[in-house]
Amino acid sequence: MDWGQILNTAAGELLSPVTAAYALAAIGIGVHFGYAGLLNFGQAGFMAIGAYGFVVPTLLFDFPVWAAFLTSIAASVLFAFLLGIPTLRLRADYLAIVTIASAEIVRYIVSTTGLTDVTGGAAGLSGFNGGFNALNPFADGIYGFGPWTYTENQLWIRVVGWSLVAIASVLVFLLMRSPWGRVVKGIREDEDAVRSLGKNVYAYKMQALVLGGVFGSLAGVIYVLPRAVQPANYGTTLTFFIWTMLLLGGAATIWGPIVGAMIFAALLTLSDGILRGLISADIVTFISGTQAGQIRFMIIGVVLMLLVIFRPQGIFGNKKELSFNV
Amino acid sequence: MSDTIVTHPLVDGAVGPGCKKVDPIVVADGVTRTFGGLTAVDVAHVEIPRHAITALIGPNGAGKTTFFNLLTGFDKPNTGEWSFEGHSLARVPAFRVARKGMVRTFQLTKSLGRLSVLQNMLLGATKQPGENAFTALIKPLWSKREQAITSKAEELLARFKLLEKSEDYAASLSGGQRKLLEMARALMSDPVLIMLDEPMAGVNPALTQSLLGHIKQLKAEGMSVLFVEHDMHMVRHISDWVIVMAEGKVVAEGPPDQVMNDPAVIDAYLGAHHDSDLGDMTGVNPVIEAKERAAEHAAKKEGAI
Repeated sequence: MDWGQILNTAAGELLSPVTAAYALAAIGIGVHFGYAGLLNFGQAGFMAIGAYGFVVPTLLFDFPVWAAFLTSIAASVLFAFLLGIPTLRLRADYLAIVTIASAEIVRYIVSTTGLTDVTGGAAGLSGFNGGFNALNPFADGIYGFGPWTYTENQLWIRVVGWSLVAIASVLVFLLMRSPWGRVVKGIREDEDAVRSLGKNVYAYKMQALVLGGVFGSLAGVIYVLPRAVQPANYGTTLTFFIWTMLLLGGAATIWGPIVGAMIFAALLTLSDGILRGLISADIVTFISGTQAGQIRFMIIGVVLMLLVIFRPQGIFGNKKELSFNV
Repeated sequence: MSDTIVTHPLVDGAVGPGCKKVDPIVVADGVTRTFGGLTAVDVAHVEIPRHAITALIGPNGAGKTTFFNLLTGFDKPNTGEWSFEGHSLARVPAFRVARKGMVRTFQLTKSLGRLSVLQNMLLGATKQPGENAFTALIKPLWSKREQAITSKAEELLARFKLLEKSEDYAASLSGGQRKLLEMARALMSDPVLIMLDEPMAGVNPALTQSLLGHIKQLKAEGMSVLFVEHDMHMVRHISDWVIVMAEGKVVAEGPPDQVMNDPAVIDAYLGAHHDSDLGDMTGVNPVIEAKERAAEHAAKKEGAI
C-alpha cells in the first residue's frame, strides 16, 4: 500500500479543475440558498446548460472561446428565467421541486438519441478544447512541484478555473456587504417583511437566481474543458455533492464553498485511495474494488448527516446565525 | 342611534358607518374578498381620516386583517377600488404600496432574525442606490446614502430604546422589543400612513405604555395611523376615530366614547362584559366557592371522626 501515492493524488485533487468547478457551483448555490434562501436542487442542470452552451456552439458553429463562454452564460440566464418566472412568486419549496425536475429534464434532453447530431446523445461530445488550449499563454514544459506538477495545458485550465472562482468570490463579497445583499438576506429571513418595506422581492429573487445560475454554468464549462461532456455526469448526485460541499464549508460565507469543495474533493479521492489500497494489500477481503467506489458515497452520506446534525453552520459559518430559531 | 344628527370635526356631514371625512387619506369603495363561500370582507365605503389615529376593531373573524392585507397589496380583492392620497392603489403590488408611503407592520412580528437590529433598520430606508445590483459593487456610489440612513436609524433606535442592541441579531430580542423594532423599521421610510396590525398583541403592560407613547408621537409628527386592536382600553386611550367591522362589513364608526357606548356594538361585537376587567372581577366566583365548600365539608368530616 503506497501511502505516498494516495496522499499525492488527494493533494493534487485540491487544485484540480474539477474542484474549481465544484467550488464555483457551490458559490452559486451559496448565493441561492445561503444568502437569498432559494432552494435550488438543480445546480447540476445549470452546470449541464453551461457545459453544452459552451461545447455545442464551439463544435457546430466554430464559435471562438469568448463567444462560447457568452453563449454558455446566456443559456444559463435563460434557464434561470424559465425556472424563476413561474416559481419565484410561490413558496420556497416550489422552486426546489421545479429545479430538481428541470435538471433531470435537461439531462434527458441532451442524452436523447434524436439530438445525437447536436449533443452527441448518451456518448456526449469531445474534441472541443483546441480553441481553449490555443489561448494558453504558458510555454510548453512542466510547471509546479510535488503533487502539483502540471503540463502547460493542465496549468492553464487550473489558472482559468481558479481565477473564475476568485472573481466569483470577490463579486459575492462585494454584493453581500452592500445594501443589495442586505435586501437579499432580508428575503431569506422573511420575504413579506421585505415586501412591506417597499422592495421588489420578486426582482431580487430573480437576480439572485440568475447570478447563482451563471456561476453554475461557468462551473459546467470548467468541469468539461479538460475532458469530454458526458450527460451521465449531470445527475442529481452531482447536485447533492455540491450541496454537501456548501454545507461543509458554511452556506452564507465567502470561503465556505471554496474550502468545502477542496476538502470534499480531497476526501473523496483519499477515501477511494485508502479503500483500494486496503483491498489490493489484502487487508480488506470482503469488498471488491467496484464496491469500494460505492462505499465512499455511503460514507459521504453519513458525513452529510453528521454535519447537519452536529455542525449545521459548517466550518466557517457563524454559530449564532444558525442557532436562533425564529 | 337617535334622530339627532351627530357631527364630529373629522367628519363632513353626519357620523355613521361609511361617513365622509373632511380630509380622508384612504378612500375605499366596494371592496370584497371571498374565500370559497365565505365573504371575509365586504366594505361598501369607508374613509380613513388624515392626521388622526384610527382604530379598526371588531370580533375575531370580522375581516380586519384581511382588509388590512387588501389595502396594502398583500392580498387581492374580488372587487373594489381604493385610493391613497388620491392615487388609486387597487391591485398595486405590495412593494409599490409601501413606496407610496403606506407602510404596514404585521400581527405576528416579522423581524429579520439573522440580520442585526441595525441592518433591520437600514432595510427600511428607501431610495438606496446600493440596492441596485450593479451600483452595489462600487461602494463609493452608495456609502454616502448609507451613512445618512445609518445615523437616522441610530436616532430612531435611541428613541425606541434599542440602540444598545443595534449590533445584536434581531432574533435575540424579546417579543416586545421586536414589536418596537418593527415599528421603528417602518418609520425609516418616512411613511405618510402607518398601518399597525395588532401592535399590542403579546406585549407586557410596561412596554404597552411605551408603545402607546410612540404611537401618539407618530401622530404628533404628522403621520396618520391606522391600527387593528383587540385591547379596548388602548383603543379608548389613544384613538381619535374608531371603525367597527363585523362579518366583513363596517357596522359602526365614530369617536371612541361614542362607538363604545353604541349598544349594538357593545352587545354584538364587544360582548356584554367589555367594560369589566376580568382580573378585577369582585363578584361571586362559582369555582372558588365550590372549592371552599368542599374544603369546609372535609374539615367537618375530619372533626367528626
